[in-house]
Amino acid sequence: MSEIRSELKYASSHEWARLEEDGTVTVGISDHAQDSLGDVVYVETPEVGQTLSAGEEAGVVESVKAASDIYAPISGEVIAVNEALEDEPETVNSSPYDDGWFFKIKPSDESELDKLLDADAYKAEADEG
Amino acid sequence: MGNKTALYDAHVAMGGKMVDFGGWDMPLHYGSQLEEHHKVRKGAGMFDVSHMTVVDVDGKGARDFLRTLLANDVAKLDGNPGKALYTGMLNDKGGVVDDLIVYLRDPGYRVVVNCATREKDLAWMNQQAAAFDVTLTERPHLAMIAIQGPEAIDKVKEVMGIDWTAAIDGLKVFNSFARGDWFVARTGYTGEDGLEIMLNNDDASGFWHALADAGVSPCGLGARDTLRLEAGMNLYGHEMDDDTSPLQANMAWTIAWEPQDRKFVGREALEAEKAAGVENKLVGLVLEERGVLRAGQQVVVDGTDRRGIITSGTFSPTLGFSIAMARVPVSVGDTAQVEIRNKLIPVRVVKPSFVRNGKSLV
Repeated sequence: MSEIRSELKYASSHEWARLEEDGTVTVGISDHAQDSLGDVVYVETPEVGQTLSAGEEAGVVESVKAASDIYAPISGEVIAVNEALEDEPETVNSSPYDDGWFFKIKPSDESELDKLLDADAYKAEADEG
Repeated sequence: MGNKTALYDAHVAMGGKMVDFGGWDMPLHYGSQLEEHHKVRKGAGMFDVSHMTVVDVDGKGARDFLRTLLANDVAKLDGNPGKALYTGMLNDKGGVVDDLIVYLRDPGYRVVVNCATREKDLAWMNQQAAAFDVTLTERPHLAMIAIQGPEAIDKVKEVMGIDWTAAIDGLKVFNSFARGDWFVARTGYTGEDGLEIMLNNDDASGFWHALADAGVSPCGLGARDTLRLEAGMNLYGHEMDDDTSPLQANMAWTIAWEPQDRKFVGREALEAEKAAGVENKLVGLVLEERGVLRAGQQVVVDGTDRRGIITSGTFSPTLGFSIAMARVPVSVGDTAQVEIRNKLIPVRVVKPSFVRNGKSLV
């Protein structure tokens, strides 16, 4: 079974979001998502400085099997991207919630986090397929 | 629930991620498709291909029947029992009903066709067989295991033991031999050396586990697809189908035009197509930048507004970049552009064969 971390928020498009102590939000894809995609071979992250709206396309993750768009779970400015994924995209498979993060956002409206799914709600959606 | 091969329980026990494939529950991978791919290129891997359809063709009219049914000529097998031939089975329009391997048995022939096309293949074969003194017999009691990779044949010899060593050592590429239900062929779908072994369903699980104990890694459909694509081997439904001529699918070499009086099904349509000029050809594409080529993406080539299409595309685990097969207008040059997410990305055009025996061809 795939791991769903209770402290994170989730989008139904399988991104997770974590509110950090400094007020920024880190974004990645869930363990369920990486497991469904299989071996990840290529990650396209957004640009630092880019402003994203919640639900906007923010990048692409490609596995051997398929390409999948990544969407911004909340609105804000991109302040960092995980450059290590360029050379080691497989980190998304081995560490989806830690080393395999995609980008960090400075949220324009922190309350948007409340609109995302909590772990239980995401688990229910993921189980449905 | 789909059909299950005799190895279904073994797949589940080994952690296979099971998916539907042409009505069969088959393993996609057992953890990592990439690791399985590399194991076949560098060591030995095994695939359950029991879902494929085995049909024996017997009777006095078998040879004449197959010389009519198939675009390649089984007369090339005369006098060499065990020898194999790759061919298309065409319809009257010259489209490919299926691609298959036919083996000369002693007596008779054995044909192995794809599982997803089983029903239409059998219907077509039976329809064509009506005019011949021939019997077609499916062999569902047979399982089939493909063992592939530079160490594959040594591992099989180790497992099968001394009684089999001489026979396996004497087996040339694209040849086979039979002992009872066991049928051992030096064929495959990976671009590596190896064997495809048919055996009774009752023996399949024991043989599979013995191979695993000898260090042969179980591999799923995912690795099977990236391996065959690197090897430039066609997949039915992608590189060809009922509406695609073998002349547009890099299968011209499988058409036996001589002797000219052999009236195989589809011959007239192919001759007409050749006379009018073949419009498209199957090529290989290489994308050395980041990104992955995928089936269905459009290809822009020089000299025409007509676009080509990628028939199969993937990240190549052996090469470390993306490769594809594409059907494109024949005016194509050494480069082309592929439309990926609304951007035109430049690619190199090569022969549709990328890796053989572990070595890059591009």
